[in-house]
Amino acid sequence: MADTMQFDLVSPERSLASLQASAVQIPGSEGDMTAMPQHAPTLTTLRPGILKVEAPEGTSEYLVTGGFAQISAEGLSVLAEKAVPMDEMTRAHLDELIEEARTMYKTAQEDDSEHGLVEDAAKLLADMEALGTHMSL
Amino acid sequence: MPSLKDLKNRISSVKNTRKITKAMQMVAAAKLRRAQEAAEDARPYAERFNAVLAGLAASVGNSDTAPKLLAGTGSDQVQLLVVMTAERGLCGGFNSNIAKLARQKVLELQAAGKVVKILTVGKKGRDVLKRDFADLFVGHVDLTEVKRVGYGDAQGIAKDVLARFDAGEFDVATIFYAKFQNVVTQIPTAQQIVPAQFDADGAEEVSGLVDYEPSEEAILADLLPRGVATQIFAGLLENGASEQGARMSAMDNATRNAGDMIDKLTIEYNRSRQAVITNELIEIISGAEAL
Repeated sequence: MADTMQFDLVSPERSLASLQASAVQIPGSEGDMTAMPQHAPTLTTLRPGILKVEAPEGTSEYLVTGGFAQISAEGLSVLAEKAVPMDEMTRAHLDELIEEARTMYKTAQEDDSEHGLVEDAAKLLADMEALGTHMSL
Repeated sequence: MPSLKDLKNRISSVKNTRKITKAMQMVAAAKLRRAQEAAEDARPYAERFNAVLAGLAASVGNSDTAPKLLAGTGSDQVQLLVVMTAERGLCGGFNSNIAKLARQKVLELQAAGKVVKILTVGKKGRDVLKRDFADLFVGHVDLTEVKRVGYGDAQGIAKDVLARFDAGEFDVATIFYAKFQNVVTQIPTAQQIVPAQFDADGAEEVSGLVDYEPSEEAILADLLPRGVATQIFAGLLENGASEQGARMSAMDNATRNAGDMIDKLTIEYNRSRQAVITNELIEIISGAEAL
């Protein structure tokens, strides 16, 4: 059994990582999951969270906000809307993201057109805030 | 016949122009490299995204519950043209080529009895199209302040387009941009973004064995709006590279023309100077003979 798989992390603006990984923790929209080699083919959307990559060379972490992950026989591709390596992440950066989510929540509330939208925005805000606690910033 | 002084002024002014165009060419060359890199960096994302989306669309697309963004509204009466051009001129035929293609399309659609709406991105396209189709304009996106086009800008445009679609303002949307071929060739391109279209050969066979989390339909509904943003972003990047490429070759031509002109003017200047000298000599000699 192969003990590593091809892992690619790309954002619209650049390709962030392409390496052999032994396990990857994915913040899926319906719950976290860990993809390892030989995982069943899966397609999942992402929620804002932390992507943890375990490779023979060491682990690395990325902050991702939305997008999706595709697990196939060849490996794992994560297409993130926004992806930032954890060591480049700063408090200011996170504040910006939270602020963005907050304005979205507010506009969704004021519009109160669709119930789902408000809930989505609220969830996004909660996710972002949870992220801050997790990172202990 | 211009005087010697006039000629001298002319030469120095053309020399200054040549310096400026030369500098602009070099700046464009540097920017082109960066724009090309950005376009290349964005390619893997767009390719994978489209492969996944095409696979999903193929498996869900034919059902009745397919999202409107994929299946369309069932009509093509109202057409939205998103015309993306540069914010600056002095880049050869770049802006006018895109505008020309858009204008053709507008006339074609109007002849077919469709309602056309225009949304422009970039000042130059707006200026050209406003002359003929001012009453068709529904909006303009200003990117003058944007130094480097980011995904956020594309998302902003996509959001605007999608909001109009949700409000039922149009049935079909097409983006216009110039595809970067090389420094001398940029191909003005029209690409339909709503309802989404995929190349059949780009479709990856996503078999029924794949787990979907959440459901297939939910993922598709989530991805389609992002697909619009991705396509617009790809268009913007191609446009960025094309603009710099077009400017580079335009400025290269201008520099060469200025050089030719300087040569010509210099010859003319030397000739007239020689004529003046000869004239003076004749005067002196004939003066001496008269004595």
